[in-house]
Amino acid sequence: MTEVVPPTSAPPRRAGGATFGGVDRPPAARGAGPAPGPDYAAVHASAAFTGLRRRFRRFVFPVTGLFLAWYLTYVLLAAYAPDLMATRVAGSITVGLLLGLGQFATTLLITLAYTRWARTRLDPLAAEVRAAAEEAP
Amino acid sequence: MTTRALIPLAQDTGPTGVGDPVLNTAVFAGFVLITLYIVYKVSGRNSSAADYYAAGGRFTGVQNGIALSGDFLSAASFLGIAGAIAINGYDGFLYSIGFLVAWLVNLLLIAELVRNTGRFTMGDVLAFRMRQRPVRAAAATSTLVISLFYMLAQMAGAGAVVALLLDVHGSGGQAVVITVVGLIMIFYVLVGGMKGTTWVQIIKAAILILSVVLMTVFLLGKFGFSLSALLEQAATNNAKGEKVLGPGVQYGKTSTTTLDFISLALALVLGAAGLPHVLMRFYTVPDAREARRSVVWAVGTMTVFYTATLVIGYGASALVGSERILDSTGRENAAAPLLAFEIGGTVLLGIVAAVAFATILAVVAGLTITASASFAHDVYANILRKGKPAPGSEVKVARITAVVIGVLAIVGGILANGQNVAFLVALAFAFAASANLSTLLYSLFWKRFNTSGTLWGMYGGLGSCLLLVVLSPVVSGSPTSIVSDVDFAVFPLSNPGIVSIPVSFVCGYLGTLFGREKADPALQKEMEVRSLTGLGR
Repeated sequence: MTEVVPPTSAPPRRAGGATFGGVDRPPAARGAGPAPGPDYAAVHASAAFTGLRRRFRRFVFPVTGLFLAWYLTYVLLAAYAPDLMATRVAGSITVGLLLGLGQFATTLLITLAYTRWARTRLDPLAAEVRAAAEEAP
Repeated sequence: MTTRALIPLAQDTGPTGVGDPVLNTAVFAGFVLITLYIVYKVSGRNSSAADYYAAGGRFTGVQNGIALSGDFLSAASFLGIAGAIAINGYDGFLYSIGFLVAWLVNLLLIAELVRNTGRFTMGDVLAFRMRQRPVRAAAATSTLVISLFYMLAQMAGAGAVVALLLDVHGSGGQAVVITVVGLIMIFYVLVGGMKGTTWVQIIKAAILILSVVLMTVFLLGKFGFSLSALLEQAATNNAKGEKVLGPGVQYGKTSTTTLDFISLALALVLGAAGLPHVLMRFYTVPDAREARRSVVWAVGTMTVFYTATLVIGYGASALVGSERILDSTGRENAAAPLLAFEIGGTVLLGIVAAVAFATILAVVAGLTITASASFAHDVYANILRKGKPAPGSEVKVARITAVVIGVLAIVGGILANGQNVAFLVALAFAFAASANLSTLLYSLFWKRFNTSGTLWGMYGGLGSCLLLVVLSPVVSGSPTSIVSDVDFAVFPLSNPGIVSIPVSFVCGYLGTLFGREKADPALQKEMEVRSLTGLGR
């Protein structure tokens, strides 16, 4: 590192505008003085935002727990109950094959359910918080 | 029956190779020419870092979703899983399930929040509310380690594919082909940037999915659209017989192998959300909603793909037979190509060969752009230049890094030629799950998480993972090890996930408690607000 930009020199403007180059200097990090952009602390404390956060976490945490538990159950069954998994259900279709395809099915179902839920229940709330924050002086 | 007539033909070409190398090469060259043209056409200007790293964030969720599956469905997924199912039956299927379920972690906890809090790299998210330089250094280290590991896995597969499909057998000849593949890849990345690379992924994913679906329909048709009949035939033609229809052929031997299987399962399901090249894809779309749509499309295409590989794997066992697959040059990896030859002759084999090559090419390109972005953005721009790089210099550094990484991939590929592909990829997943997932989740969801916690979590996970791999039978002690004459394998499992993933979570927790520097509450609030609302973009 021979050539360090002196801290007093103005930062070179880059092609993409002031925020370009990353979030390495977020507005709130600049210390004293009103930070440009929304007042994040105020948004964070607002009832609308805490409601949004609660709604988000109440959906994603339990669902994550659920699908991980179901996946682990499946893995443990395959590991420690191979005979059960090799039991034939119809023709040469085994319990294990059906459970495995069941994992595919639940993955698809959870994906669709989350998208639908997020579109109708989450996005409008996030838009509200955004609108309120952008209106605020 | 045509299949019966084809068998002696296949045996005539012997265990050395199948099909017509000229045709295989021609189909692959066609793919390369088309993609090169498109990369050249779309690249236009890649002058700014936003263009080069993230295609200006202008891809739609659908495009990015297909590209995500293109990035994710590597040679390991295609050749590796099909081969594993053909040989070991059900145990190979477990890879598919882990790879797919893993996307729910991305969908629910990672994709949208990461999109909202970063710009180009994983380092952006992790360093958001922490001390910039040490955290970015850690993020870049783990990105480079994981990308190189993953890349090695892909290039190692390239050698096997070359031997089988182009009938190139001398190690010198294979080295030349690996070099050519590497050079084309570097060209994609240099000229196309993220935009060109994304288009390569989209084209590759489309061809890959189309070919596996056609093969599947054709295979099922041969058995009167009865999966049961196909499975019956697969069991009959497999040396392991009926056992391939249930779990345990590969992992059920001892209690250690069973534990190894659980470790692998954990690494697979938790690894996808920590893969840097997957995370970086979320920046190529304009907002969190499109990031969500990307995952939905990726899950959709991959469900189709993995269901098809199940049929193809068992189909290879049914029509080609496990012994003939293991006798061929590419061993397990040859199952899908051999099956293609069996059902569609040289033309289908040529297509499958080209798809396998295209897959390796595209995935390595995606990894290269990620690794070079991390070096240029995190290390050069933010650490060495303290966030104030000279105009244009960041992209220049990224391009130079891409060339260096590409050369490393070529050399590594020549050296690692012949190693087991799916297994190496599983190790890369273990690294990703250990070093990145814990710290990403903590920094998004745990208020008190701080700089020391981040560093402990990343280095603890990465270090324990690396140490356990070195001390495992992968490196020493067994006939299949990298060094088989000495034995310092004190850790019995070949996948370290079951230990190293909890270690990284514990390290992140302890580092946060013991770190002197407290978390910055203002930045924490800002990150939380941004992550959920997309404000400040």
